[in-house]
Amino acid sequence: MKNVKGFALTAALLSLSLAGCSTVPTDDTTVIEDTSVQTVQVDTTIEDAAAAAGSVFYFDFDKAVLKVESRAALLAHSSALMANPRSVRLEGHADERGTREYNMALGERRANAVKEFMVLQGVSSGLIEVISYGEERAASYGSNDSAWEMNRRVELK
Amino acid sequence: MLSWKKSLLLIVFLLASSSAWSELVIRVTQGNDKPTIIAVSPIALNGIQIDEDIGRIVEGDLKRSGLFAAIPRTDMLAFPATAEDVYFRDWRILGTEYLVVGSLIAIDDSRYQLDFSLLNVTGQKAVFEHSVRGTKVQMRDLAHLMSDKIYQEITGIRGAFSTRIAYVTANRVKGKFIYKLNVSDTDGAREKLMLESREPIMSPSWSPNGKDLAYVSFETGRPAIFRQNLVTAERQQLTNFSGLNGAPSWSPDGEKLALVLSKDGNPEIYMLDLASKRFTRLTRHFAIDTEPTWMPDGKHLLFTSDRGGTPQIYKLNVASKKVQRLTFRGNYNARASLAPDGRTLALVHRGTDVFHIASFDLITGRLIELTETRLDESPTVAPNGAMLIYATKQGDRGVLAAVSLDAGVRYVLPARSGDVREPAWSPFLR
Repeated sequence: MKNVKGFALTAALLSLSLAGCSTVPTDDTTVIEDTSVQTVQVDTTIEDAAAAAGSVFYFDFDKAVLKVESRAALLAHSSALMANPRSVRLEGHADERGTREYNMALGERRANAVKEFMVLQGVSSGLIEVISYGEERAASYGSNDSAWEMNRRVELK
Repeated sequence: MLSWKKSLLLIVFLLASSSAWSELVIRVTQGNDKPTIIAVSPIALNGIQIDEDIGRIVEGDLKRSGLFAAIPRTDMLAFPATAEDVYFRDWRILGTEYLVVGSLIAIDDSRYQLDFSLLNVTGQKAVFEHSVRGTKVQMRDLAHLMSDKIYQEITGIRGAFSTRIAYVTANRVKGKFIYKLNVSDTDGAREKLMLESREPIMSPSWSPNGKDLAYVSFETGRPAIFRQNLVTAERQQLTNFSGLNGAPSWSPDGEKLALVLSKDGNPEIYMLDLASKRFTRLTRHFAIDTEPTWMPDGKHLLFTSDRGGTPQIYKLNVASKKVQRLTFRGNYNARASLAPDGRTLALVHRGTDVFHIASFDLITGRLIELTETRLDESPTVAPNGAMLIYATKQGDRGVLAAVSLDAGVRYVLPARSGDVREPAWSPFLR
């Protein structure tokens, strides 16, 4: 997408300069127009920072409160989305303990907690879609604390 | 990854499928302390070729109830087919209390009649004689009807062997999920595939006439509620809201579904009138409200809510929308399933640190843990109230298990492969 835009811009500038060349000079002085090709630069440093910060955020059992360690990554993602808006999806998940439909609700509540944080930072809520998978899509298999910890999460996609 | 185009979707006509093998294998792990000793003599076939061993099916049904122990065929001195052929003394020395004899005869080219008798060995008399008729593909139906009749005569409780269970299986094949919605007999036989998808399938709920299932499918990339007819495979998407579309529960009159929508920002209980397609919001609270289930009067719903801080069971008056908390013991009580007596609830209860199925008496408020496994969920009570089936884990695999409502009888229905979960016991079908 960025490349296409850059190409279009270049083409426009070239046609402009060609049009300039075709005019008949009225005196001996030829005005050289600036025909240097302009490039569009997207600031990717913010997105790099967001990607490096990770896009999975973890939660405690039966809780939907953001953890302190998620904050930096969420701030980076929020900045990236404000600088370069795009549609994202927040997928909420729960561990296998407890009932499936309650866990669906819990997964949604977690994804909503992430969404609210990002909206507070200034991200347009229209860009964020929330979906819960409850306990249907485990990240780690096994019925133990470490697997459950990995599964109580929200993934930003 | 979530596009509906990519989700493999396959609906199978229940009647068209003919696979007789089953994914479920049943093992009784605990029976009643003093089971009734019954002998089921092999059914005389009178030259008729059938694929099923009717006597074995009846024996299996009765044993699975936990209330019966069966005399093995190898111990039997004779295989009588009618009451006249019975020498009571032969059976008394084996300790037999009741004896079942039967015979299959052809009525015409396609129909057969199964005549059977229940005999009281101690009293040396016939208790009843009965006949059931059907075609060759209905031999299992005939056997289960026979079990129903015998069970009811001896226990006084209506038999539920002719009912079905719906359940979801999930398999991971090369990193990809395959979800299946299946229906089988309660002994696991005659499993039929209703729906197959790469996206989650959840929360099957029977219509009260046993002809339709409502369930949640993610095939569109997000959860939506569908209904599907078992016989015609006719299928209809009922909801398409943003957020949760979950936990459908069919009303006792069959005209409405209670369900969960979070389109207002958080999960609320709604009622969908199936004829008018009108939705009525029933709860209004910022907490999680989910897992509605109807009470037999059709005027009240039970549901799970964490409005008090932890998930607990609440009762809702549909007309007044008034809500009353029912459970207080423990920090996790959810997913109520009501027994047909309208009084006993089966629910998911968190004990010290594990999740058990417990029964809860709505009148006395007594809560009793029924299961000893952990990670137990999705209890569903048989329409006769004798047993409940639930989902649990064996190792890392999801399996179905059953327990009687007095916790005296248990059995496991392990799948041959993959995870089995979310059982739903059908209503009486005839």
